[in-house]
Amino acid sequence: MSLKGAAYIAGAWEHPTRKAPDKSIALLHAECAKGALEDAGLTKDDVDGYFCAGDAPGGLGPLSMVDYMNLKCRHVDSTDVGGSSYQVAVGHAMEAIAAGRCNVALITLSGRPRSEGQATGTAPRPGNPAAPEMQFEYPYGPATANLYGMCAARHMYEYGTTSEQLAWIKVAASHHAQYNPNAMLRDVVTVEDVVNSPMVSTPLHRLDCCVISDGGGALILTKPEIAKSLKRPLVKVIGVGESPKHQAGGDIDLTYTAARWSGPPAWAMAGIKPSDIKYASIYDSFTITVLMQLEDLGFCEKGQGGKFVADGNLISGVGKLPFNTDGGGLCSNHPANRGGITKIIEAVRQLRGEAHPSVQVPNCDLAIAHGTGGALGTRHCGSTVILERE
Amino acid sequence: MAYTARKIPFVGTPDTNPETKPFFQGADAGKLMVRRCTSCKKTHYYPRELCPFCFGACEWHEASGKAKIYTFSVMERANPPYAIGYVTLEEGPSVLTNFVDCDFKALKIGQDVKVTFVKTEDGGPSLPFFAPA
Repeated sequence: MSLKGAAYIAGAWEHPTRKAPDKSIALLHAECAKGALEDAGLTKDDVDGYFCAGDAPGGLGPLSMVDYMNLKCRHVDSTDVGGSSYQVAVGHAMEAIAAGRCNVALITLSGRPRSEGQATGTAPRPGNPAAPEMQFEYPYGPATANLYGMCAARHMYEYGTTSEQLAWIKVAASHHAQYNPNAMLRDVVTVEDVVNSPMVSTPLHRLDCCVISDGGGALILTKPEIAKSLKRPLVKVIGVGESPKHQAGGDIDLTYTAARWSGPPAWAMAGIKPSDIKYASIYDSFTITVLMQLEDLGFCEKGQGGKFVADGNLISGVGKLPFNTDGGGLCSNHPANRGGITKIIEAVRQLRGEAHPSVQVPNCDLAIAHGTGGALGTRHCGSTVILERE
Repeated sequence: MAYTARKIPFVGTPDTNPETKPFFQGADAGKLMVRRCTSCKKTHYYPRELCPFCFGACEWHEASGKAKIYTFSVMERANPPYAIGYVTLEEGPSVLTNFVDCDFKALKIGQDVKVTFVKTEDGGPSLPFFAPA
């Protein structure tokens, strides 16, 4: 049985903060939960399923947060695949709702890497040495920026992709961010600004990288009958897919992402194709992340991503595929170093017609929100959500 | 941009994961040790006890140390800068490493490189690095 339409996104809320030194991570989660419930027109007592990932404090999955928020849940899930966890959570919540294990699912993300002074992209982070790869990777200084830089370098080598083409992705994000009062970077930038910004890790410049921000977001998924009893526009989940990609025993190919595998089941469930999509939220930890995912989701042929994103093709009102109209991670927000949930929230805004008027896509009825978590250069998860306004 | 030696960190010890200890013992003796499956005959990396292609039993082999650069990124923001990359070994698998004893600006994908060994800090084991062949 297809799960298509088994759940609706009834509530979506993004925390407006980008720097929260005076708030705990638990409080940020709770404020996001409160915001999403109010958006949906539901209360805390309606929640019977809770979904979180590794950003939830406490160390035992959902336990600390269900305690802190005093939730009475029948179902919990804390699958942690980094920034892609929240698209995965949408899929898992839909499955749980379809199976009758919960009726109102709450998904939260929050964190404050900015206040904590994390050098997210440039400092290698040591992990548990018992992780089987750790002793074979950490000594070589794998930091987020160079793990994506290696993908960009290989993509350029195989397909002739240029820094100027990558820069267009940031340019498009900045055109959108100028209208978002909460965005960290609101100045419109040019291709020249991007390629002339300081090199972080070749071939990625500072402006190829996303922001480091505090904040968070939350989603409420419900079964159809509940969504239809509420006053908000109806946003139906019609396609989901998830898949990890890794080093495959040393059989490395860094020119594609797990979107190659998470996309097809989502398209098949939705019964639509990429050209049907009116708005795309695409995970944008770096410009190269966007380019590769667009190819792997089928918006263009493999290797043609550079041409596809150039000349403003991702700018709302200008190009064929408006993307990340809130400014995305590149300009607005990358809370907890995990941009998955904000991708879904902006897609919901677009489908409801509640995006900023300057970037709202007319008659936006089909949207995609794709996430990547982990690092494209080693191992990551891709997760795809396709949404329809009913 | 010339290579400048940096302190190489290590986490845990060669005993942390007992089945990979021979890799570090080999590196300390100047040998790049890799695992090859006795069933499917494929060499994999990073080393595992069970073959990641077929779950067959594996044996240690000394690799030739010859490889080609698959990709790399020069971390210019770091002090000192360093060049991280994957090299594809003559034996098949691609390996995460750093490039040493070279001009970073002259590195090229497809370039021939050879293994060399660098000691990690605080008395840790040696590890394989690569330099232009």
